[in-house]
Amino acid sequence: MTSVLYDAQGPRAKRRNVLYTVVFLVALAALLWWVYKSLDDKGQLDWEKWKPFVGSEAWTTYILPGLKNTLIAAALSMVIALPLGAVFGIARLSDHAWIRVPAAVVVEFFRAIPVLILMIFGNALFAQYSNVTSDDRPLYAVVTGLVLYNASVLAEIVRAGILALPKGQTEAAHAIGLRKTQTMTSILLPQAVTAMLPAIVSQLVVIVKDTALGGAILTFPELLAAVSPMSSYYGANVIASFTVVAVIYVVLNFSLTSFASWLEQRLRRGKKSTGAVLAPAAVGGTESAGTVV
Amino acid sequence: MKLRKVTAASAVVLALALSATACGSNDKKDGGASGGGKKIAIGIKFDQPGLGQKTPQGYSGFDVDVAKYVAKKLGYNEDQIEWKESKSADRETMLQRGDVEFIAATYSITPEREKKVDFAGPYLLAHQDVLLRADETSIKSPSDLNNKKLCSVTGSTSAQNVHDKLAPKANLQQYPTYSACLSGLQNKAIDALTTDDSILAGYASQAQFKGKFKLGGFKMTNENYGIGVKKGSDLKAKINKALEEMVADGSWQKAVAANFGPAGYKNEPAPKIGDVKS
Amino acid sequence: MFDFLEGYDLLGAFWVTVQLTLLSAAGSLVWGTLLAAMRVGPVPLMRGFGTVYVNVVRNIPLTVIILFASLGLSQTLNINLGAQAFDTINFRLAVLGLVAYTSAFVCEAIRSGINTVPVGQAEAARALGLSFTQVLTLVVLPQAFRSVVGPLTNVLIALTKNTTVAAAIGVAEAALLMKKMIENEAELLLISAVFAFGFVCLTLPTGLILGWVGKKVAVKR
Repeated sequence: MTSVLYDAQGPRAKRRNVLYTVVFLVALAALLWWVYKSLDDKGQLDWEKWKPFVGSEAWTTYILPGLKNTLIAAALSMVIALPLGAVFGIARLSDHAWIRVPAAVVVEFFRAIPVLILMIFGNALFAQYSNVTSDDRPLYAVVTGLVLYNASVLAEIVRAGILALPKGQTEAAHAIGLRKTQTMTSILLPQAVTAMLPAIVSQLVVIVKDTALGGAILTFPELLAAVSPMSSYYGANVIASFTVVAVIYVVLNFSLTSFASWLEQRLRRGKKSTGAVLAPAAVGGTESAGTVV
Repeated sequence: MKLRKVTAASAVVLALALSATACGSNDKKDGGASGGGKKIAIGIKFDQPGLGQKTPQGYSGFDVDVAKYVAKKLGYNEDQIEWKESKSADRETMLQRGDVEFIAATYSITPEREKKVDFAGPYLLAHQDVLLRADETSIKSPSDLNNKKLCSVTGSTSAQNVHDKLAPKANLQQYPTYSACLSGLQNKAIDALTTDDSILAGYASQAQFKGKFKLGGFKMTNENYGIGVKKGSDLKAKINKALEEMVADGSWQKAVAANFGPAGYKNEPAPKIGDVKS
Repeated sequence: MFDFLEGYDLLGAFWVTVQLTLLSAAGSLVWGTLLAAMRVGPVPLMRGFGTVYVNVVRNIPLTVIILFASLGLSQTLNINLGAQAFDTINFRLAVLGLVAYTSAFVCEAIRSGINTVPVGQAEAARALGLSFTQVLTLVVLPQAFRSVVGPLTNVLIALTKNTTVAAAIGVAEAALLMKKMIENEAELLLISAVFAFGFVCLTLPTGLILGWVGKKVAVKR
């Protein structure tokens, strides 16, 4: 591992690194032991509190149905929000003010409002003006809220990606006689999306986590909401339940990000010759910190 | 050429998403097949042992038993009931929109709520109380709660009562669920958990907690649990009749004993219909 | 129409939200920068720690982190951050949880900012004989910060809205007051609208002002 930020390490620096590592590991071990001891003293590690997660009962009654709903809502929101975000991102770059300005207003507005409140409004709208059954309504409301918010964030990401492309790309496209639409769809957008993939993926992770908001107030039975009836049934094993659910979220989101970086490498491999690809991180910081409301 | 790869990738994502939703909708239909024709949707709590609790075997608790009895009198068998979770903040809107026919979910009758919905009952008179560790001796009256560590559910009426009236100097912790409070109580990080005695008794009756907790028995407020129905609904009279029968034929007492018994909960006698104690 | 607002300290609640936001923002800027330094630094162990930290913390819902801060740290491990009353403890724990969570995003934003600094800058700095810390603090980071004002603004806006999660452990900020009002008044939509407006008032100016700042300080290349 070399970097432009520091020189190659000599023997002294290497020895120092070994020392750092040992000290760190000892400190970590001590910390873990202390946490383990305190948890044990307070009876949080009692077999009774963790036993439910070994059997199948807790999984089939609470966790798996919740996980299924989380996945459905997240997948639907992603599939709708991605193209919508691209459309708004492009619309904000339009030459026509009557397209550009409304798109900007919509994006700025929905980015500013907490997602939870968008969901509450969505729920009320579906109840008032549609004949969606009350069983499906929470899902619709959750997806609506997530789509409105995340599409506007994704729009900003796409816009940043397009703006960050070298000017030569557009100029060359115009020079060979492509129209504006053609330039956008066959030259700029593919490159921008590839370049922005890291940022887009962190937004998708945000979508997965934000489904949990639906559980908090709309009684959308997703994964995090499953903790409440589960921990009350198994004798207030709150810490155990939250730990299990947190691990599921980490695994879920980690596989999502791993898949995305694999995809990114594949997309990037064929592109070496063009030289038009941005370093991913050059524009990859547009992620938002996982808005939870 | 690059575009094609992006398209292919998005096609995979789309396909995954669609298959996920497809499974979802298939499963959903399974639940409603049996029972033959008409169904009744009833709102209950899903996370309150002793009152309304989702369990691997179905739903259990006093509210659930009352709801089952009333539904039976209205002409619905158990398998025709569709249980829905009705969180506290959601109850009025669920009734107004007609998502559920009636709600039995620790629903106290209050003047504000009566402006929005109608109540049948009351069917249980509960009081705000505290749950203490079994070895706790220093809390003997509500005023002892001052300077103690108290826990309740975020924004709930019980939490506000403590803060405003009962023990303004109490150190109040608020959590989203009673279970979180309870684990603090077990850890001795919290001295007392306060809410309706019926809810507390439900928790204390759980097998895991046998002998670990006790009720304070303070009767700090009156909570008249009613069955919420849509404003102007003709169900109110029918439910009232069903509730009277439930008390008369002993099912009411049996349900109380089954759900709160193990906690040593001294329940109030069955309230008279329409007798709302303030 | 708005008479239901009477008797509630709306401004006080939003003031707590602002305090939470500012303290957590300052904290996560510091901790996030440190994490970013670890992730680009020469010590393999710190790189590993930074990577694992970001990937784990970023993937857990904030609600879970905040609840763990209270249930785990305070109630089980007895870490009360030097306070006695739950009000103070919870406020501090909430800031701690928000910092822990937000810094993962700050770290990634700054790391991408570091990547926008041309290689020549770092190379020239090293040629002058500067150490890693000097290269980073004197040459690279000052330029990196100027190019990530936009992404950091997004993080700040998200943080402002994320403070509502602190209601989960009973911090008396805007979302907690909203819960209380919904419980008492049964006016779900109207109350939500009032609070939505409150948040728009906080986040829109932040976005606009920092967007302008970002343009001002951007490094022209």
